[in-house]
Amino acid sequence: MLSLSDIAIVGSYETRLGVVPDRGPMALGVEATLGAIADAGLEPAEVDGLITCNSLVAPVMYHAEATAEYAGMAPGHCLSVGTGGGTTFTALRYAAAAIQTGLAHTVVVSMADSMRSFMTRERAMVVQSSSGHPLYEQPYGPTVPAYYALIAQAHMDAFGTTESQFAEAMVSSRAWASLNPSAQYREQVSVEDVLASKPIADPLKLLDCSIVSDGGAAVVLTRLDRARDLPHTPVMLRGYGEGHHYEHISQASSLIASAAADSGRAALEQAGLHVRDIGLAQLYDCFSPALLIQLEDLGFCAKGEGGDYLASGATRPGGQLAVNTHGGMLSHCHPGNPGAMFGLTEAIRQYRGGAGERQLHDLEHTLLHAQGGIMSSHATLILGRPQ
Amino acid sequence: MSGVDVVNQAYADGLAAGQLLLQRCGDCGRHQFYPRIACSHCTGSKLTWVRAAGGGQIASFTVVRRGVSADFTAPYVVALVDLDEGVRMMTHIIDADPEQLEIGMPVALDFQQVAIAPGRQPVFRPAAP
Ligand SMILES: [Zn+2]
Repeated sequence: MLSLSDIAIVGSYETRLGVVPDRGPMALGVEATLGAIADAGLEPAEVDGLITCNSLVAPVMYHAEATAEYAGMAPGHCLSVGTGGGTTFTALRYAAAAIQTGLAHTVVVSMADSMRSFMTRERAMVVQSSSGHPLYEQPYGPTVPAYYALIAQAHMDAFGTTESQFAEAMVSSRAWASLNPSAQYREQVSVEDVLASKPIADPLKLLDCSIVSDGGAAVVLTRLDRARDLPHTPVMLRGYGEGHHYEHISQASSLIASAAADSGRAALEQAGLHVRDIGLAQLYDCFSPALLIQLEDLGFCAKGEGGDYLASGATRPGGQLAVNTHGGMLSHCHPGNPGAMFGLTEAIRQYRGGAGERQLHDLEHTLLHAQGGIMSSHATLILGRPQ
Repeated sequence: MSGVDVVNQAYADGLAAGQLLLQRCGDCGRHQFYPRIACSHCTGSKLTWVRAAGGGQIASFTVVRRGVSADFTAPYVVALVDLDEGVRMMTHIIDADPEQLEIGMPVALDFQQVAIAPGRQPVFRPAAP
């Protein structure tokens, strides 16, 4: 059987993103699927596996199959995944496993949604907060920012983390986004701007929260020996890990330490790397405390020091660790479930040397992290260059 | 629809009678919340219902400034409370100045109608000193 490190990403595509009122989620998903296949230098008929993420805006019962039909494809294998966040890299890992075991040769992972233009803000609030337990959490009206505020408050209590330190997440995000023409929000902000933004759920303000977007992205995976004939230098999978301690925040054994520690450790171990080998970290910045806690739990700084680490400027352009060079979900694009896909497509762009003003030099190893629920389900992926 | 989940119904019946019911495991002796068909600590199935004594402390809280829907009038306090029995639950903190709340603060059980639930739900207020 092939190993994970024999699997390459050979195609990558992002749709127009941000505010895209003229294409719904299925159209964006099909555009991403066909775009990634063309980018890989392949024909749709050469793809024999398609994995998609269902849309929150317009869910369909057989999403991958419907995507294939719309695209005029008839892949031998279709799989729809239903949840958000961490599922992005979980889907990628299962695509790789399908190739490793010979189930499929070439697999597309495609995700898109249109939370910005195809759902009212009111409806989006309700849909997103429905990750709460229907009987034992939702009756109390928790919003998604409120779930993360519970985590932020606990972190402040345990470690003395401040609202100004949480605000640094958006400062860093916008500093990167200002270098990315495709980012939805590009205007730089200060800590004071974040602190002065509208209160949402104490201690979180509007600028501690990710944006609401439309957009889609897809990647194509195949085995390295096939990848060598294709137009782009392949980006290789090096390591993967998952961690799942709970689903509902009221059941979390800890509000301040997450299963990102498990997923990160497993992924780095499989890659044979240490966290200091990582040159680019594409993290799941749905809310400022999520980014801060991931930096700690993944080992980029010590537990409890995430606030100081962010405030030091470590994650900004020119800092010691490039984090979310596209701008992340705080500034670039967050259409719903597919948010982490853009961390992946940006990493591929960085490897290909197409990241413009934000291009990193001599990038070797990238760590991507995604999480679902409320710091609940974690997946970490390590990418590298062909050896 | 005719299905009734027995475990959730027993809990709801407790609420209707003005009681917060927890499950206690006959095998490991620990409590759990939310109610389940098996013990989440040891998988034991000898679960009995016990009435929560009503004491606890705030594990974390947030003042929601933008409500989840028109059913909820902001601001309101969403909290996680650790009951003295060793279980944690999501709840509201009522009758409190949000500025005075802090993690670790002792709270006492009460029941109140909340926006979208069918009957009165467990809520907490700062415990009398
Ligand atoms: Zn037990």
